[in-house]
Parts: sequence; structure tokens; C-alpha cells
Amino acid sequence: MAMAALQQALAARIAGLDLPATGWLGPLRAEALARLSVQGLPGKRDEYWRYTDPAALNSATPPRASAFDSGGEAPVFDGIDRLKIVFVDGVFDAAASDDLALAGVEIDLLSRAMTADIHWAQGVYGRLEAAGQVPVNRPFAALNSAFAPEGVLIRVTGKAVKPISMIYHHKSDSSDAILHHCIKIETGADLTLLENGPAAARFNKVIEVDIADGGSFHHIRAQGRDHDRRAVTHVFARLAAKARFKSFTLTANGMLTRNEVVIDLQGSDSLAHVAGAALGDGAFHHDDTVFITHRAERCESRQVFKKVLKSGAVGVFQGKILVQQGAQKTDGYQLSQALLLDDDSQFLAKPELEIYADDVKCSHGSTTGAIDEEALFYLRARGVPRKTAESLLVLAFLAESIAEIDDAAIADDIRARLENWLARHDHSGAA
Amino acid sequence: MSEDQIEVRDGVDRETIEAVHAMSGKYKYGWETEIEMDFAPKGVSEDIVRLISAKNGEPEWMLDWRLAAYRRWVTMTEPRWAMLHYPEIDYQDIYYYAKPKSMAGKPKSLDEVDPKLLATYAKLGIPLKEQAFLAGVQDEAAPRRVAVDAVFDSVSVGTTFKAELAKAGVIFCSISEALRDHPDLVRKYIGSVVPQTDNYFATLNSAVFSDGSFVYIPEGVRCPMELSTYFRINAENTGQFERTLIIAEKGSHVSYLEGCTAPKRDTNQLHAAVVEIVILEDAEVKYSTVQNWYPGDENGVGGIYNFVTKRADCRGARAKVMWTQVETGSAITWKYPSCILRGEASQGEFYSIAIANNAQQADTGTKMIHLGKNTRSRIVSKGISAGRAQNTYRGLVSMHPKATGSRNYTQCDSLLIGDKCGAHTVPYIEVKNNSSRVEHEATTSKVDDEQLFYCRSRGMDEEEAVALVVNGFCKEVLQSLPMEFALEAQALVAISLEGSVG
Repeated sequence: MAMAALQQALAARIAGLDLPATGWLGPLRAEALARLSVQGLPGKRDEYWRYTDPAALNSATPPRASAFDSGGEAPVFDGIDRLKIVFVDGVFDAAASDDLALAGVEIDLLSRAMTADIHWAQGVYGRLEAAGQVPVNRPFAALNSAFAPEGVLIRVTGKAVKPISMIYHHKSDSSDAILHHCIKIETGADLTLLENGPAAARFNKVIEVDIADGGSFHHIRAQGRDHDRRAVTHVFARLAAKARFKSFTLTANGMLTRNEVVIDLQGSDSLAHVAGAALGDGAFHHDDTVFITHRAERCESRQVFKKVLKSGAVGVFQGKILVQQGAQKTDGYQLSQALLLDDDSQFLAKPELEIYADDVKCSHGSTTGAIDEEALFYLRARGVPRKTAESLLVLAFLAESIAEIDDAAIADDIRARLENWLARHDHSGAA
Repeated sequence: MSEDQIEVRDGVDRETIEAVHAMSGKYKYGWETEIEMDFAPKGVSEDIVRLISAKNGEPEWMLDWRLAAYRRWVTMTEPRWAMLHYPEIDYQDIYYYAKPKSMAGKPKSLDEVDPKLLATYAKLGIPLKEQAFLAGVQDEAAPRRVAVDAVFDSVSVGTTFKAELAKAGVIFCSISEALRDHPDLVRKYIGSVVPQTDNYFATLNSAVFSDGSFVYIPEGVRCPMELSTYFRINAENTGQFERTLIIAEKGSHVSYLEGCTAPKRDTNQLHAAVVEIVILEDAEVKYSTVQNWYPGDENGVGGIYNFVTKRADCRGARAKVMWTQVETGSAITWKYPSCILRGEASQGEFYSIAIANNAQQADTGTKMIHLGKNTRSRIVSKGISAGRAQNTYRGLVSMHPKATGSRNYTQCDSLLIGDKCGAHTVPYIEVKNNSSRVEHEATTSKVDDEQLFYCRSRGMDEEEAVALVVNGFCKEVLQSLPMEFALEAQALVAISLEGSVG
């Protein structure tokens, strides 16, 4: 698309959106809109969208996506003790949610807090997103900051006794949800955030996480099983000294998912691990785009992304480790692997390293291929039926990403989802 | 040279250290030959394209081809996606054609060539006398001979061993001669691997290329000696645009070497070459480059801007190409020798050492395009950055849906010397079938302190120790070079890193 066409598309894209510009949030939204106007929407020839066509995210109205019947499978995290915050098509559902009260944690809804003159979230909202726009444009994140009508603002001052869990239900065929969450982890504080559900026909979500010295943030999400949904999500994290950030994402199905994670390691001795397991069968396009910047000494970053693809599913990985001058003793690791279960599927990867410091240890690995015939033969020779053997090997392949989940009960829950998915997709019967 | 230089195959030996001493001094090839030149007026236009074509006495179709490229070029914009920072190039401030006056009437044999030109090549260590062979490989029983095509600015000075090669049916001459003597062959293949419209620099080259080498190896012939082209930029403000075309017929085999140097100057000079290689069934081409253009001084003043398009097309089944490059020179390097693996079970290999010191910037890598079944490729890239240099590996591995049963293995290692330089890796991996296997590994690290300490404790000074460790780091690539180049490359590795320590 030519520039003029993209400008028009942007005008059409935001025409229906409301800019609730009140209180402390007003100027932050205006700045975000200014960023978006300069950037415009991404085009197909945009290098950062080389492998993912943004058309369905650019369109003025979302392509229709019917709500999904999970066939009685219990929702993920059901057995976990947690504080539930429920959204239906991007709208807060007070009745279905728990009281927004948890010891050591302040929880506000964006729609309620934004009318105030001042708020702690002033120092976070749109700020981490703006910082994450360099050196690569992320227009959907700017759009989100400008127009998100709702979100959750969470400030953690101690160790949260249970996880906060965001549940995103999808009911309307044409819903176009935008949510923007801000999380501030104060010095030494600790929070686990769970997210699950497809959210809407089209979903644009931003989470900004600001972690102070010694703070810790653990994030586990399961993106809903809807086949037709489209989603673009961004996580922006800023880490001070000795802070910890760990994130795991399970994606099963979905016509289009683009998950961007942008991490800025500003304090020394901080740690960031980002992992993902994606399963796709048929009309599935899944894109993990990760950008980790090391600015301080002795930080560790780790990316582990695994994809299992069949029947024309497409997996994309764009990962980058940027080590700035002076970020000595950096330990950066990046792994992207795809298992192609048939000849129609594709894996497209661009694992990048950009390094300006010499005393560092950085590596990446990427492999693509079919199930190892020798391993399969080994199992079958021991009497394991072919299907079971294949499932076992797929689970083994995904294991390294699931290992990034610290909580054993949550990891078991995720593993059970994977097994169910594999069982359902044995004979390419979509479910 | 000592008698046990065979040890070079083990990567590092005392040769390296001796070579550093022997070749001490910064850029060894920075002198200039004072010789009278004929220049075409500065700048590029249709008239200049016509003039170059006329000077070479080319057929009409070649001129039309060049003009088509020129007309395309003026509509294109210079690519800026590489991790390279350099000021705008003024394409109208460059001489596109420079020829030594003494070459006005084409000499019939090397004996008639201006002694000044011959002396230039002698000083560069390139023997144009046919009985000579490269130093360091003297073996009384079977002297290793290398046929050389020497290109000085815009023209080919001479080609050695032509008669002997002709006996085997091998054609090795400058491309201007080939256009006169074998126009049908040139017409059939030129632009068939790198089309006129390929990219900005290749299109410019298609319009204004002045000379270059042409190689034709007939069916079933194993080229009796190694072929080589030696490029020398001499004149100031002159661009060099050579075009090389290599055709390997069914079942043939050739090893081709390329070397390049230029004088030290404060101004930047543009070099935009195109190399096309056509490889038919069961043929094999090995193409080795030691690129040692003037890199500019410690402050980044001067040096060659090297924008090169090199591509091999494995058209036949089991065709094989092997690119080996040692990139130590140039202020700016933009170069991605590629393999199109079209023929079933064809093979592509890419071995690269790229060294960037001081203010040098290199953005280099390869493309492996797997189109045929059971094709195989291998990439081994070693990037070394020192000083304030930036060194980027950029590569593509593409497995098309029909390229079933194919394999790729890629290894990119970067070494950083000093805390002001950068090492970057930008691989693109595109896999569109599941019976192929693609593996990619990349590491970045610094010179290992323990290895350095080991060397130092045995009496080496720091620079020697670093050179030794770096040569070890590059071993896999050095081993894939032909013998003559391996020696030169090893020495170059050491020299290129001079001043990077301390």
C-alpha cells in the first residue's frame, strides 16, 4: 500500500474510536495519537511485518469471528486459587469478577481511575510503550494507548498472596476489543498474572510492566482456542536492578496472532525469560516478535519459542537481542524451533543479535523439521502405538518452553491443554 | 617460507606469527602506480554508457542491454536496509571509465604490456609471467600454476596461460574479449543469473561495467589449473565496475580465485561488481575471494565502498558451488554471495571470514535458495570486529515447498575485540516443507582470556596471541581455501587486526 493509502486506512481505522481524554490520561493519549499519526499503519512491505500480513488488523472493522464452543473442556487455571477479573468482548463484567481487593496490591479499573487528576499509573501508561517504539515502530501499541477504553491498573507493594487472573470471554461475532493494563511492581514486590480467553473477534491488548529493584513478575497466559479470532498483543517491560520477569504463552488455534514482547533491562543483574508454545492446525498464523535490550551489566535474557504446525499452519518468529555498549557480562540466549507435522506448514524466522559490548555470551539456535523418524521408530519398536508415540515426541519437543513456568500446578494445567489439543488434532479434525 | 607450511591446514602455526612480522606495516598495498590514464568525463549518463560500449567495441545488443539497465537504474533508489552508515554517494562525481594510455592499442601478448603495469602486479605479488607461480607452493615435481586475468581500473591488462587453457577447450579471457570472440555465449548467459533489474548496484553495473573476466569450461573438462582474476583500482575518483561470468558445462570443474587491492586515498571510491556463475549437471565451481581493498585509515578517512552482487545458479542436477571469502578490506562491504539450488541434489556452500577493524563496516552473508529436491547447503560464517567497527552477518535460507528432503546447516560465530565495536547477526529462515531440515546456530563472544593467557605465558606478545587465537577461530574457513589463499588469508587476518589490542 502506498503512503497515502495507508494514511487513509489509518483515518478509517480510528474513525469509529472514541478518545476518552480526561484527567491525567488526557495528555498521554494525545501523545500516543501523535506517535500513531507519524507512524501510520504498517504495510505489507514493512520489514517488521515481512512474515505477517497486518491487513486484518488494519481494517476499519474486524473480520467476523464466531464465538467458540470449547466442547465442555474446563477453562484453563480453573483449579488455581486466584483473584478473577472478567471481561466480555473487552467490557468489564463486575458480576463475574471478584472484589478488586488483595493484600499488598492496589487494583483500579482504567475507566474509573482516568478521571482523577493524578494517579501513580501516570508514570507508566504509554511511557513504556513510547520507549518501546525505538528503533522499531509498533503502531498497534500506540493505537492502543490512544484509544483503550478499559484496562486494569495494578500496583504491587508486597508479595501478592495469589495470582491475579484476567479472563477474556468472547461472545459477539464483531467485537473489536482494546485493553490496556499497567502494572507497577514496587521494590521487592512479587506478582503472578494469569490471562486466558480469546477476548473478542479482534483483540488489541497492551500490558506495561514496570519492575523496581528486586521486584518479580511472573506471567502465564493461554490465548483462547477460537479459530477465527485475530489478536495483536504487546507486553512492554522495564526492569530495574535485580528485577525478574518471566513470561509463558500458550497459543492454540487462531486465524491471526501477533504477540510482541519488548523488554528493557535497565538495571544490572536483572533477568528476563520469555517463552511460548504455539499449536496450529489449518488456518493458523502465529507470530512471536520479541525485542530484548540489555543496557546494564550482568543481565540474563532467555527466549524459548516452540511451534507445532500442521495442515498449512504458519509460524513466525522474530526475536532480537540488543546488547548496548557497556552492558558487559550479558548472557543472552534465544531458541526458536518448529515441528512441521506435514508438508503444507511453514516456519519463518528471523532471529537477530545486535551486540555492542565485547564481554558477552550470546547465542541463538533455530531448527525446523519433521518428527524425528528414529525417535519414532524407537518408541514403536517398544510397542507404543504410532499416535501415542507422536504425541509423546511433540510434548517432549515443547517441554523446554513449559519448563519456563515456575508454578508446578500451572505447568501441569498447561501440559494437560497441550495433550488435549494433540488428542483432538490427531486426524486433522479441527476442534 | 619454511618447508613445513603444510601445517597451515591445522589452522594455526608459527607461519602466522612469521607472516605478521614479514608483512609488518599497515595496509601493504596502499601505494599508487603513476601512469597516464585516459578518463571518460565524470558522471554517468546514456552517453557514458554508449562511450564505454563503443570503447569495448561491443555489438549492438550489448549496448541496448546496457541502456535498458541504465534507464531502469535512474528510476531506482539506493538500498539503505543494511547496517551501514556512510554519507550519500554522488554518482555524478565518479569516473566510470579509466584506462591506462598505454593500453590504447590492445597489446597482443603480455610482452607488449606496459612494463609499469607489469611492475604493478609484480609488486602486488601477482605473477603475470607464465612460468611463475605463487610463492610458498614451490614443489619441484608439480609446480602449481595459476592463470591470471589482471584488471587495472576499467580494463583487463592481460590474461596468462590462455594458449594452454585453450588446448583443454577452456576459454579464459576478459569479458570485453569474450564479447568480441564469443558473443553468442555471452549473450546466452549474461544477466541470466543476476538480471539487469536485480538491485540498485547490480543494475548500475549492468549499465557501466567496463571489464571483468569470462570463463567457459566445456562439458566434462576439469580445468587444468586454477584461474584467477586480480582487480586493482589505481586511479583517483574512479569507480570499478567489473562483471564476471563463469559457465561450467556438464561434468566440468573449475577453481577460481579473486583478489583485490587499491591505493590509500582520503576519498572514498566505489566498487560495484557483479559475478554470475552458471553451473550445469554434475559440474562444480569453487570461487574464492580475498578482498583486501583499502579499508580507510584508523579514523575512517578514505577506503573503498564495496557493493557487490555475486550469485551462482546450480541449474543441473548434482551441480555444486562453493563460495569462500575472506573479507578484510573496504570501508564499507555490502556483499551476499548466493546460491540458487535449482537442480536436484545440487549443493551450495558458503565459508566466510569477515574482519572489520578501526572504522570499517561490513554487512555480508549469503542466500541459499533451495528450489530442487534433496538439495543441500552449508554456511559457516566467522565475523571478527575490532576497534570501532561494525560487522553484520545477514543471510537467507529458503526451503521452497518443492525442495523436499533438503538440508541446511548454518553456523555464524562472531568475535569481539574491544568494547567499542559491534557484531550483529540477521538471519532469515523460511521453511515451507517438512521433509527438509534446517539448523541455525549463532554465537557471539570475546577472545577467550584463558587462551590469550596460555599464549602470553609462552612468550608471545598480546598482538601475536590475539592473531593466533583469531586464526584458530577462523580455522574451518581457512581450511576451505585453496592453498595459496590460505597462506595469504592467514597473514591478512593478523594484519587486519593490527592496532586492535591495547
